[in-house]
Amino acid sequence: MRLKFIEEKIAKGFMIIASLAVFAFVVNIIYTIFRRGIPALNWAMISQIPAGGYYNGGGGGILNAIVGSLYIVLGSTILGLLISIPVVFYLNVYLKKDSRLAYIARLAFDVLFGIPSIVYGAFAFTIMIYLGMHTSLGGGILVITLLIIPIFIRSMDEVAQQLPKDLLDSTYALGATKLETIKVVLRQIAPGIATATLLSVGRAIGDAAGVMFTAGFTDSIPTSLNQPAATLPLSVFFQLSSPNADVQDRAYSAALILIFIVLVISILGRLITNYFSKHKI
Amino acid sequence: MFSITVFSVLLVVLIGLGLYLKSVPIFEHNSFWHLITSSEWRPGNNQFGFLPFIAGTLWITLIAVILALPIALLSALFLTEFSKSYLKKWVFTALDILAGIPSVVYGVWGTLFIVPWISEKLAPHFVEYSTGYTVLAGGIVLGVMILPLLISLFVEIFSAVPREFRDASLSLGATKWQTSKHVILRKTFPGILAAVALALSRAFGETIAVLMVCGNLPMVPHSLFDSCYPLPALIANNYGEMLSVPLYESALMLAAFLLFIVVFIFNASSRAVIYRIERKFK
Repeated sequence: MRLKFIEEKIAKGFMIIASLAVFAFVVNIIYTIFRRGIPALNWAMISQIPAGGYYNGGGGGILNAIVGSLYIVLGSTILGLLISIPVVFYLNVYLKKDSRLAYIARLAFDVLFGIPSIVYGAFAFTIMIYLGMHTSLGGGILVITLLIIPIFIRSMDEVAQQLPKDLLDSTYALGATKLETIKVVLRQIAPGIATATLLSVGRAIGDAAGVMFTAGFTDSIPTSLNQPAATLPLSVFFQLSSPNADVQDRAYSAALILIFIVLVISILGRLITNYFSKHKI
Repeated sequence: MFSITVFSVLLVVLIGLGLYLKSVPIFEHNSFWHLITSSEWRPGNNQFGFLPFIAGTLWITLIAVILALPIALLSALFLTEFSKSYLKKWVFTALDILAGIPSVVYGVWGTLFIVPWISEKLAPHFVEYSTGYTVLAGGIVLGVMILPLLISLFVEIFSAVPREFRDASLSLGATKWQTSKHVILRKTFPGILAAVALALSRAFGETIAVLMVCGNLPMVPHSLFDSCYPLPALIANNYGEMLSVPLYESALMLAAFLLFIVVFIFNASSRAVIYRIERKFK
């Protein structure tokens, strides 16, 4: 056999090994978390807030963190959508294809996308101190909104750039103003919005560094935007730093709950994306 | 709509400026050069040497990229050049899951799997004793975390190479691997560099996972089996007490500012390269 065919075989072998390695990591991570998380998992974990002495092995659960995380994700997703849909619409309908502002804006969102959440957290924290605010649910929602806006805009923009020019022209020909075109554009980028929401919800629920500064941590469920809120990643982190083995086991269960929520969201997201794709031309 | 767009662009400037203004007070007592080359970290005595933290961050980032780059390159080539579409679907699903796993879960996985593995299996061959909470553990966990980002960027870049380039090479009798090696990799080299820069900047800022597996001792690591203390971990661990010690807040904001600047430069330049590649092939 010629040398180049042998080389081809070897190279292909390495590629398959590399791709299998990716699988192996996924399986290993999920298996490890399940194996250590299942034993301490029980109904009290997800239905009760921490009782007194919870972090020393007392009773209770992490309902505070689950609800806190969901509040933050819900609030920031809604805020993020309200801010990013107009921006995407403006970039793609109002600005010309070779506009300087559009180029700079896209570059800026790419940079914002890369900024680590701890930097957002530190920045938001200094502003909150300056304004005399305490750590609160509202602060957490704001910093997570900042964190996910670039994700929203980047992934919606990707879809919006594919919009056929003829489609916009036909709406104008029917007498629609640029603003009225949004009804058509929205329907076309709906799958993009669904994907973007999915991505950012995943990032929002898993972020720990940003909310550490701004949302704080508490054992109760917040009833207003001014109160601090617990979050799941931080709850995992704090329980794991406890010297008590029982509490550490519960950290593994909390991690299991977190990963479960993330997986459910991503499966649901896929179904929703398929559903919204039906209007696409 | 115009004002929202402009405002969100200005956010980049605002963050940079805000962090810089907050970190100014520390320069009144220490020169910038002294701050980043000294390894004395005693906030109570106004001694802020960032060298251990910068060294820790560089070490784990370097290890992460060295580990992840070959795996990412090979599997991205496999996905774009070799594999059947049903295989692609499987690998992409795995990548989606990997990308979606929260960083705190990576941290838990690191403490449950990587750390014991290092301290029980790997380290005894090289050093007398290691807790496992090491530079190497941070590097491995971080490497797995940047895999999905690297692979998806590589796939995007490789797919941008036009079909005709491949056909020309294949019709001259080159095998698929020779085509990948001499045409695809060579044509996309700037793009590969840019993707690595993006992954680097992601790795720089990763906080909670490395905080959990690196050991967090403020010293300059000398081997793979020493503990280290990366910059983001420093900020996350000390924000609570920073208001009680003078200049401490300013020092931590300087750490955040350093992260911001590095990430900003890496991101802006590599994005510019990627834009240019995509436009060239269009």
